[in-house]
Amino acid sequence: MSIETTLPVLKPADFASNQDVRWCPGCGDYSILAQMKKILPTLGVPQENIVFISGIGCSSRFPYYMETYGMHSIHGRAPAVASGLKTCRPDLQVWVITGDGDGLSIGGNHLMHTIRRNMDLNIILFNNRIYGLTKGQYSPTSPLGKMTKSSPMGAIDNPLHPLSIAIGCEATFVARSIDTNIKHLAAVLKRAAEHQGTAFIEVYQNCNVFNDGAWNYAKDRETKLEKTLSLEHGKPLIFGKDRDKGIRLNGMEPEVVELGKGISEDDLLFHDEKSPEPSLAYLLSRMRYEDGFPEPIGVYRCVDAPRYDDMANQQLEQAVKEKGKGDLAALFHSGETWTVG
Amino acid sequence: MASTIPKKSDSALRRTVVDEATVRFCGDSGDGMQLAGTQFTTTSALVGNDVATFPDFPAEIRAPRGTKAGVSGFQIHFSSKEIFTPGDTVDALVAMNPAALATNLMDLRDGGILIVNKDAFEKKGLAQAGYQTNPLEDESLDSYRLHAIEMTKLTRLAVEGLGLSTKEADRCRNFFAMGLVYWLYDRPLAPTLRFIEQKFGKRPDVAQANTQVLKAGFHYGETIEAISTQYHVEPAKLEPGTYRNIMGNMATAWGLMAAAHASGKRLFLGAYPITPASDILHELAKHKNFDVLTFQAEDEIAAMTATIGAAFSGVMAVTASSGPGIALKGEGLGLAVIIELPMVIINVQRGGPSTGLPTKTDQSDLYQALFGRNGECPMPVIAAQSPSDCFYIAQEAWRIAVRYMTPVFVLTDGYIANGSEPWRIPNLDELPAIPVQHPTARDRHLHDENGHFLSYTRDKHLARPWAIPGTPGLMHRLGGLEKQDGSGNVSYDPQNHHHMIETRARKVALIANDIPAQKLDGPDKGQVLVLSWGGTFGACATAVHTLQAEGKSVSHCPLRYLNPFPKNLGEILQQFDHVLIPELNMGQLRTVIRGEYLLDAIGLNKMQGKPFSVGEIVSKIHELLKV
Ligand code: SF4
Repeated sequence: MSIETTLPVLKPADFASNQDVRWCPGCGDYSILAQMKKILPTLGVPQENIVFISGIGCSSRFPYYMETYGMHSIHGRAPAVASGLKTCRPDLQVWVITGDGDGLSIGGNHLMHTIRRNMDLNIILFNNRIYGLTKGQYSPTSPLGKMTKSSPMGAIDNPLHPLSIAIGCEATFVARSIDTNIKHLAAVLKRAAEHQGTAFIEVYQNCNVFNDGAWNYAKDRETKLEKTLSLEHGKPLIFGKDRDKGIRLNGMEPEVVELGKGISEDDLLFHDEKSPEPSLAYLLSRMRYEDGFPEPIGVYRCVDAPRYDDMANQQLEQAVKEKGKGDLAALFHSGETWTVG
Repeated sequence: MASTIPKKSDSALRRTVVDEATVRFCGDSGDGMQLAGTQFTTTSALVGNDVATFPDFPAEIRAPRGTKAGVSGFQIHFSSKEIFTPGDTVDALVAMNPAALATNLMDLRDGGILIVNKDAFEKKGLAQAGYQTNPLEDESLDSYRLHAIEMTKLTRLAVEGLGLSTKEADRCRNFFAMGLVYWLYDRPLAPTLRFIEQKFGKRPDVAQANTQVLKAGFHYGETIEAISTQYHVEPAKLEPGTYRNIMGNMATAWGLMAAAHASGKRLFLGAYPITPASDILHELAKHKNFDVLTFQAEDEIAAMTATIGAAFSGVMAVTASSGPGIALKGEGLGLAVIIELPMVIINVQRGGPSTGLPTKTDQSDLYQALFGRNGECPMPVIAAQSPSDCFYIAQEAWRIAVRYMTPVFVLTDGYIANGSEPWRIPNLDELPAIPVQHPTARDRHLHDENGHFLSYTRDKHLARPWAIPGTPGLMHRLGGLEKQDGSGNVSYDPQNHHHMIETRARKVALIANDIPAQKLDGPDKGQVLVLSWGGTFGACATAVHTLQAEGKSVSHCPLRYLNPFPKNLGEILQQFDHVLIPELNMGQLRTVIRGEYLLDAIGLNKMQGKPFSVGEIVSKIHELLKV
């Protein structure tokens, strides 16, 4: 028998489980699932070493559709489940699938602490700005005034901005993409997978049943180039159908400027995803189309920092180095003992 | 200093041999009473006595100095016979201040020895304790053998010349009290001198001061004519072996480590700090070189769910908490039950409801362990009956968990978690082996004809295979939605749901075939059966032994397995005129026993944050014997 030294060549279809996918037809989740199946075979990670952990919500059905290990856990707790798993088994590649309600509302605490620990997980937050599974209540990312079944006169909760939160929690990798922008999405997922530490990705996802069109401005052919801005490391922030607009810093504030008329690319803000300070990434996360800004998509931040799972395991090794491998009999007999004859 | 004072004449000294004695040290939480207590315990254990201890922590950690809320105590019962409780009443009480006296005096027996630090009985201290007049100067303490000693002054004198500040000097006072009590009970100083050396080695001046003060206290006893009797307690006849003293929480931690070792597993503890369970986290965090990972989670929910993630990963996964924390874990426990992964959940019970009495003991979370989850959600529940039993119960929990692929609840309580007793150190080969097998792709019977892994295939214990990530060919998805038996796929089929609920219940019930038959202490029929569970074991055993010695028809049935019950329990209960169930709650086990066996058990219920005294149980049994 020959010993296999190379990984089998896998195709996207190999990552499809035998379960029927049950999202509503036209849901943005399908596209994210498809892009995930596309990038996984390219990562060089054995299929059985990949685990998907989710919470509760439409997006959280994701693990059932992946031919990998997986767990559809409980509402909001996926980051904690994944943390236990990854800390014990750093050899696994662990993905967390969550949504705006699951991750930011009921599970906000776990998300915050997982990110600040820089646990080596890839967290994808499917942001559809609504509660889909429970049939259409406003979510923590729904805009003020949003009329839903539970807010017939309009939501009065100020919305959260997922990337601002992740950056506030010291995230080492932060990115945004859009369900229908499949090339971009695949590239962002791949980069997240390659990042060591917590990778946090917000995906604008359309819930065509309960919140259809929430992201139209960022998706429609006519508006998307005006309303979004594709980030590239080391490049100036330029956008617009004719790439004639840019973002300039005016004191501490960003402003939209038109190129030409005495303003050149050199006057613009340059993107630096490696900046040790998260201020730039945070500033980008605050740019919103309602305020007249294009919303940046792509990688906001990608820096190296120590990881919890790695350090936890290093401490075990260090303890063995310092004290020797634990010996239960010696431990039991440590301290004061006496013998009865 | 003391050596210059002539020793009292031999004629003035009486040395009396007694079977047993109970001593309590109490003082302000800053007075080092826990240290005094643990040192006295170690020394008593080293001279061969059986010992049982009861530390009583202040209700408030940062209560103002000198107040009743800040009083800390430590009780030690030591004996030449086998003992099971820290003692009902105290033979000698050391009170370092008026608040300590006021809150502890009621437990000192009539004619008992009362040692107080006279210097602390000044105006402010007396007022804080609520004394109108100084009890040392009125007649209120006449029924005790009072020794009011200027401990502060004598301590300062003893350290003179060492260059310590007054504050530092005063911190040595507990050693004076210890020295005196060591003399009173004829204990050697050597173990504590060794301790001082180790603990204060980096501060030679402090080590020297504590040594001098300890000796000064001892010499004071030798010298002062007023203390005329010295007591001696012979070694107990314990089973041969090497012993150490062990506290319940430490025994739990070590039991978990032993179980991990026996199953060849890494140990993972997910925990959030909570009284009185945190010491399990602290102990395990020390032992990283044993492949022990501790994860201090952001909250109890994360502690629980990280434990679930760890269990999925294939390690020995444990979480430990107390009632309020367990309440938060409830949803996670439901997930653990439905995904049928092995793990251990420890509840060190404390007084409830809500925050309740964090530092005080209770047994009121039995319902919570048995029923505290949504849906039909059965979990095995076992309870430790003494500090050293925690070591064995932890291993038993893991044995059951892996054989039946289920989370297992372990109940201990603040009383046994912080109490201590001698423990005969077992040889590792005496400990149970806990074999664990993970399936591989080669286990064809676990796959359907299309090669799909059937993650809910069951073995003879109804356990499903513990397939772990990283294993080729066994990829599967777990989750909280109802599972189809066999395939493990999500299923909304009504018949399957019915079947799965019955199957999960049957699996837990099957454990009854796999646990020892319930043992009885005493004849298997008679007038009164005392049915205890968990931490009330000691008081019940002592009460029953006392009455058996008087020829009374009483037996004791100490339960450790609460779900399922041992198979022969029903039969045992039928053989007695009365079944008495003493519990530190309103009668939770009693309700369950009544429901299960249609038997009119009688309750003895105490909800004071304190364990039962032997006397309370004895008098209730007397009452029943008269019926
Ligand atoms: S409800 Fe919305 S988010 Fe959920 S599956 Fe349907 S379209 Fe997708």
